[in-house]
Formats: sequence, C-alpha cells, structure tokens
Amino acid sequence: MIVQLSHPTRQVEIKGPKRTKELLRELNLVVEAHLVIRGDELVTEDEMLADADRIEIRPVISGGARANSEL
Amino acid sequence: MNCTKCPTSTKAVIGLPRHNAAFCKGCFTTFVHEQVARAVKSHKMFTPEDRILVAVSGGKDSLALWHILLKLGYRADALYVNLGIGGYSEESHRKVRLYADTVAAAHGATLLVHVVEQEAGAGIRELATVLHRPTCSTCGTIKRYQFNRAAVEHDYDVMATGHNLDDEAARLLGNVLHWQEEYLDKQGPALPASVEGFAKKVKPLCRLSEREIAAYAVLNRIDYIVEECPMAKGSKMLLYKEVLNRLETESPGTKQRFYWGFLDKQAKSESAPESMAAKDQRTLHPCPSCGQPTTADTCSYCKMMAKAKTAAH
Ligand SMILES: [Zn+2]
Ligand SMILES: [Zn+2]
Repeated sequence: MIVQLSHPTRQVEIKGPKRTKELLRELNLVVEAHLVIRGDELVTEDEMLADADRIEIRPVISGGARANSEL
Repeated sequence: MNCTKCPTSTKAVIGLPRHNAAFCKGCFTTFVHEQVARAVKSHKMFTPEDRILVAVSGGKDSLALWHILLKLGYRADALYVNLGIGGYSEESHRKVRLYADTVAAAHGATLLVHVVEQEAGAGIRELATVLHRPTCSTCGTIKRYQFNRAAVEHDYDVMATGHNLDDEAARLLGNVLHWQEEYLDKQGPALPASVEGFAKKVKPLCRLSEREIAAYAVLNRIDYIVEECPMAKGSKMLLYKEVLNRLETESPGTKQRFYWGFLDKQAKSESAPESMAAKDQRTLHPCPSCGQPTTADTCSYCKMMAKAKTAAH
C-alpha cells in the first residue's frame, strides 16, 4: 500500500494486509498523535488495510507559540 | 470496531480509549458537540445572546471551533491575523477565506482580517530579526493584541480561542516543571473581562483532545492547514505534547486527569479567576500610545512596533 506522510511530506510503500495499529507501530508513530485516513475515510486502529489501499497518516499535533501564550 | 453508542452496531470511525468508547460519524459529532456544550456551561463561557469573536489561524482547532459554535447556533464571527510568514500565511489565509465563504457565510457569520505587513511594513520573520526576539513570542504578542483590540472595537462580548486539552495540558506541564505559579493562576478555560478594554477570553475546546478535534475536522470535511508553522519547529510545547501523548498511549486518560485535576484544585483555591480580576484592576492601566490595557508604561505591542520602525529606517 502507498502511505502518505507529513513532516516532511513523503510517500512510502508498505506491504499489506496489515492492521492500522501495526502500520503505525512499524513506522514508529504514536496512535494518540495521528489519524489514519483510507481514501477519504477515517479508520480505527483495528481496521485491516490492504495492498490496494491509499493511506494517509496525518499528524494531529500543532502549535508552537499558540500553546504557551494566550493565543 | 463498532460504535459503542448505536444499538445497531454501526462501524466506528474512531476509538476513544480514554472514554472506553468507539463512535460512528454521527455519534462522534454528537459527542464533540456535547463536550463543547458542557465546557461552555460549566465555565459559564457565554450565552446564545452573546456575540463571540473566534480567533482563526487556518489550523484544525480554530476552524473546528468556529464550525462547532455555528452548528450549535451561536453568533460567532472570526478574526484572522495574517502574519506575513511567506507561503504558510498565504495558504492558511486561503483556507480561512474558503471556510468563511463556503460554510460560515451561510450561517450569517463574517470574517475580519488583519494584515500585519500593512501596519508594520514587515512580516513576522523581518520583525523577529530586527527585534532580536524569538518568533513565536513576537507572533503571540501581535495576535493577542490584534484579537483583543478587534473584540473591543467591534463590541464582541467574548473572544474564543481553539486551545484544546493537549494545549492546556502541555502548558500546565511546562508551568509546573518551572514552577511558574503566576502563570498557573491565568490558566483557566474562562478568563473574565477584568478591566475596561480587556475582552473576556474562553477556550470551549478544553475538554477535547487534539486528535479528537482533527478527527472532527476530517469527518466534517473542513479544509485546514495540516503543516506546522515553519517557525514553531523545536518548540518546548511540542516536546511536552509528545511526552504527554506517550503517557496517554500507555495510560489512557492521563492528559484529562492531569488538566481537570488542576482545574478542580484551582476552583477550590482562592486564586480563582475572580480574585485575579481584582489583581488585574490594581495593576493595569491604559497604554498612553494605543489605549489598550497594560501593566507596563507602554504596552509590549507598541514598544515592539516602535522598535521595528526605528530599525527599519
Ligand atoms: Zn453510532
Ligand atoms: Zn499600546
């Protein structure tokens, strides 16, 4: 499957079938900091992903200054 | 994984370990709206009659906040401050404009825009260079100033920011690690309008994690800027968030217990927002240059702009 990643923007090819949870673990990414999107649908950690799927792993952490000041 | 709320066991789109639940799209939207409604109610943030000004940046939190408030039927306009950080600002400005035109306008809501470059003659990068100040703090000072000024000038009852549970927990961790008790006092989800010229500030997303808000934005097809601000790289807050997320993964609910526990203690102690307002009234006075409240003789925004102008000549 083709996996799209951010920070930096890049694509990697991963062999399926594989559960979302396992894909994240393989890429060394924490569940709490990422969303996994298949096509344009959000999927849960136990979802089985196939070789033909197009996957985006989107980081959810934002902000530098926004967090330590009032804005 | 199936939705834990639907009797018909619909397929879930997100699992929420800290609530021991999983939700389908419909139930998740309801959950998010309920969490915001609870925050608004329990911290007495605003009423349906109030006019709210949302600070939007083009990121997921602020656009989701605007979206949720409009869906809940509140009167919410937004302010975007364009800081002139090259392609990043152009892109975020475009996303905010797109959301305002395609969704917010249908709810009768409007977007106010302030462009820093027009006023200062330079973007944030240039300002930070001439001022020798770290960019994130320059950016924070400008946004805070413009936001408060817009809220007061346009008679909004309250200003709302997209701070989420992760932002608040990370900030709390930072303040506790350095024992910055004076900052701890100012960390509530609702800060009253302590003096004339200071608008009331609220954080309606304080009960929702960053991941939950991102999921809400994706599920509601909100087009937001995913890229991190190029200036924020290596910030301490990002490190605190990463640490908290590792703890959260091992032990779901950690962030929530940490932050809510603090709010409980704060509510019971005398450093509650009310006594803080009294303290502000003693120390604040209008800035001689712009009239906005400040504790210094000239406010930090005016000082910064004066320095920038001298350096530019
Ligand atoms: Zn459901
Ligand atoms: Zn001033």
